[in-house]
Amino acid sequence: MLIRGVALLAACFIIGQLSGETLGRLLHIDANVGGVGFAMLLLILAQNWLEQRGRFHPEMEEGVMFWSKMYIPVIVAMSAIQNVRVALSSGLVALLAGIIPVLVCLAVMPLLSKLSPKAA
Amino acid sequence: MDYITTVLVKNGLVVAFLVTGIVTYCSEYLSKVLTNKKIPGSAIAIFTGLVLAYIGGVVTGGTKGIADIKQLSGFELMGGAMFRDFAIVSTAMGASFGIIKKTGLAGIVSLFVGVILSFLVGAIIAVVMGYQDAASITTIGAGACTFVVGPVTGTAVGASSEVVAISIAAGVVKSILVTIGTPFVARFIGLNNPQAAMIYGGLMGTTSGVAAGLAATDPKLVPYGAMTATFYTGLGCLLCPSILYILVKLCFNS
Repeated sequence: MLIRGVALLAACFIIGQLSGETLGRLLHIDANVGGVGFAMLLLILAQNWLEQRGRFHPEMEEGVMFWSKMYIPVIVAMSAIQNVRVALSSGLVALLAGIIPVLVCLAVMPLLSKLSPKAA
Repeated sequence: MDYITTVLVKNGLVVAFLVTGIVTYCSEYLSKVLTNKKIPGSAIAIFTGLVLAYIGGVVTGGTKGIADIKQLSGFELMGGAMFRDFAIVSTAMGASFGIIKKTGLAGIVSLFVGVILSFLVGAIIAVVMGYQDAASITTIGAGACTFVVGPVTGTAVGASSEVVAISIAAGVVKSILVTIGTPFVARFIGLNNPQAAMIYGGLMGTTSGVAAGLAATDPKLVPYGAMTATFYTGLGCLLCPSILYILVKLCFNS
């Protein structure tokens, strides 16, 4: 049962990645466009679909939840393989072009938040 | 003693699990003892990861942070795109489709605002710092989006490799800043609900930075932020070498 959950996650992941790559090719850009996003939507839809049919076993959820809980450790490992040395030594242009746009985007964040209806 | 290294290298992924576990444990301890849990343990752990990456880079002169140290090469797999994306997708389990649908429009708007605004500000900085040709200005502006958009754009518009390197560095600086800064600014920008997380993901766009920053803020927000952020790099790769490049060219190539 556990492996079914992992397999469901893997299926959504692969289909999502393929969709992202395909969309990238159709748009003539060498990048994966939203592969992770498609995979997430698929997983949510698949979960709903299985639940409605009573085919969603709690142990399947555990197979997915394991990875969900491994998420922060994976992110810690990811930060440990970034090229921090180059980022810190590439000079002022890189530092400014990395920092100032983030600050500007932060400043418009409250404006955009008004666009979305708040959950009751 | 060589055989110890051999064993560690052969079982690289397991070594990475062990080291990450130790780092996480120490970080949670520090969070409790030093900051009274005011700074979350995960934030300290992620920051420690960045410090390790810096040390790895300085010691070996390589580009893959701690993974350039042979005994710790398993980090490349554990922290690589496959595991990262697999784990991000798994967080969608239990996320509310209703909220995603309701915030969809604001999420899309935030994507466009995020890409265009980052590009413009990055391009202005390039001009202020003395860059005059459209290709360099565009590439540095693209680097202000993410460290993937920069090199993709640079290659497309034919920028010099030095400028491409700057654009990658700018993107990395951005992702590190978002990683560290998110928990601290969250309170001031109302980043405490799924809708805000989706908009934040669209505005910032660096999937790794947004995902790590939200994880340190509130793990429940991760799927929503990651959902929009994952479209950002694609949109950036689409807009920067095309419409935005043409606009820059109109302004700077007399």
